Amino acid sequence: MKLLRDTWLLYQRQLLLMWRSPIWLFFALAQPVTYLFLFAPFLQKALLPMGASTIQDAYNIYVPGLLVVMCFYTGLFAGFGLVAELRMGILERARVTPISRSALLLGRAARDVTAMLIQCALITILSVPFGLTVPLPNLLVAYALLTIIGLMAAAISYDIALTIKNENALGSLLNSIGQPIALLAGVLLPLAIAPVWIQKLALANPFSWATNSVRALFWGSLTDPVVWQGTLIVSVLAVVTVLLSVRLYSRNIR
Amino acid sequence: MIQANQLRKSYRTKRRRQTTTVDAVRGVDLSVTEGEIFGFLGPNGAGKTTTLRMLATLLDPDGGQAHIAGVDLRANPAGVRAVIGYVAQGGGTWDEVSAREELVLQGRMHGLSKAEAQQRTHAALQAFQLDEYGDRWCKTYSGGQRRRLDIALGVIHRPKVLFLDEPTAGLDPQSRAHMWEEVRRLRSEGMTVFLTTHYLDEADALCDRIAIIDYGRIVAEGTPEELKRDISGDVVMIGLDEPTTRAEEVLKDKRYVLKLESVGETGLRLYVDAGETAIPHVMRELNDNGITLSTIALHRPSLDDVFLTKTGRSLRES
Ligand SMILES: Nc1ncnc2c1ncn2[C@@H]1O[C@H](COP(=O)(O)OP(=O)(O)O)[C@@H](O)[C@H]1O
Ligand SMILES: [Mg+2]
Repeated sequence: MKLLRDTWLLYQRQLLLMWRSPIWLFFALAQPVTYLFLFAPFLQKALLPMGASTIQDAYNIYVPGLLVVMCFYTGLFAGFGLVAELRMGILERARVTPISRSALLLGRAARDVTAMLIQCALITILSVPFGLTVPLPNLLVAYALLTIIGLMAAAISYDIALTIKNENALGSLLNSIGQPIALLAGVLLPLAIAPVWIQKLALANPFSWATNSVRALFWGSLTDPVVWQGTLIVSVLAVVTVLLSVRLYSRNIR
Repeated sequence: MIQANQLRKSYRTKRRRQTTTVDAVRGVDLSVTEGEIFGFLGPNGAGKTTTLRMLATLLDPDGGQAHIAGVDLRANPAGVRAVIGYVAQGGGTWDEVSAREELVLQGRMHGLSKAEAQQRTHAALQAFQLDEYGDRWCKTYSGGQRRRLDIALGVIHRPKVLFLDEPTAGLDPQSRAHMWEEVRRLRSEGMTVFLTTHYLDEADALCDRIAIIDYGRIVAEGTPEELKRDISGDVVMIGLDEPTTRAEEVLKDKRYVLKLESVGETGLRLYVDAGETAIPHVMRELNDNGITLSTIALHRPSLDDVFLTKTGRSLRES
């Protein structure tokens, strides 16, 4: 109960901060929107092996990948906000109060996930004029899955941030692990057109499973086995990484 | 109210596989009584912040014990947190929220209900003269306003003991004076205030008692008056209309004169225990012997003299 109350309290504060400096939304959307308008139209041919016979099909394959990569990157860079709050002395101030330590982290995580979902909704809406069609139930399940993906990426980022506690080092480290994971997840180009050995390697990448799940959902098949498989994999990993970061965090700030 | 015994803390930093150890605090004993303003005076890097953070449960001591309001620091940190307020050296507010919002959140982080937190916020904004700016964003505040907000945040739950780390560092004289008033007001409300400072005048004018720390050790403790008297006593400077030989004869064996030096042809410097009682004696003695005084002045040692005596360095320079 106290955990819920405290998390809600800090989530409200985090939302307020997000609302007051909306510039983050511009930066978060600039790249995906560019991709959406400039890159996607050329993709129809590349996506043919996956069954993209029309431009609408191409968008149905491309947009889910874009959403996954957006959640993945937004999550991965969530650690920056945490380190900034450490530096600003916000956590020091909170630490001498009896507030739940886990709530301090979960309130932030909830904010980061909210930011992702806002971005996802905007990109989805912007894609509709290009012919994106997706049944509402599938969309909702996909968003739930995207939430879990983002949460997991954020938790990984918190873990790293709490370990190295340095904004500069954090930036280059996250970039260097983010790129290969994103490529191997086939988020921007489907792995169906990749060499076989890369496809095999991708099987070990949970984000690849997640991407395939979200794609299946956007393609309209709620019952495709990859949907529950992907969901299960990222859910388990999300629980593990979130628990780990809550532990690290509580130990760090006691 | 605060009892500390042999508190110790070392930092280990690793750089290129080399581990260096900094002994930041090396056995600090403290005793602070209820309702006083206790000052922790020392140069930068002396270990003030480290000691304060240990007492405020933010840092685990490597050794030693402490009790705050009777609660054992190491056995029951949560119990200590319930009775203390802590204001860090650099504060800790978000830029894009107002003082009112910060105070309400702080109250709620301490477990108050929304209505209660709002009520206390209202009172705090008035008490700290922040109500005029209460709804402006923190990033627009002046240094003094921001510091007052920091303290208001630290006492929203009405703690028994308040820890203030360098409350006036970097403030202009007027804001400092204002801050001193706030600290005195908190004392008058019954709060025990433990503050760190590297300003001599602040330790002297604001604090009831002080401890001087240098390189992680306490080198002196007492009221500012006691400390200053302990080192050299007061100095009475005398100027005469004639050579000092006769006056030296008269004064050198007097009980209250600890030491006597001549300064130039007609000047004398008398080291005494307490200047205010020595001066009338000196004046009477010289008068009785027909020696005419032209000037007399009292020089009291400053806390810087205390620091100089104890460490061999001046605090102003270190
Ligand atoms: N986190 C830290 N890691 C390593 N050394 C530290 C750390 N914090 C403080 N120190 C060192 O410990 C000593 C005492 O620091 P501090 O308590 O901050 O002094 P003060 O507050 O009196 O200026 C200094 O020599 C400082 O460099
Ligand atoms: Mg300090």
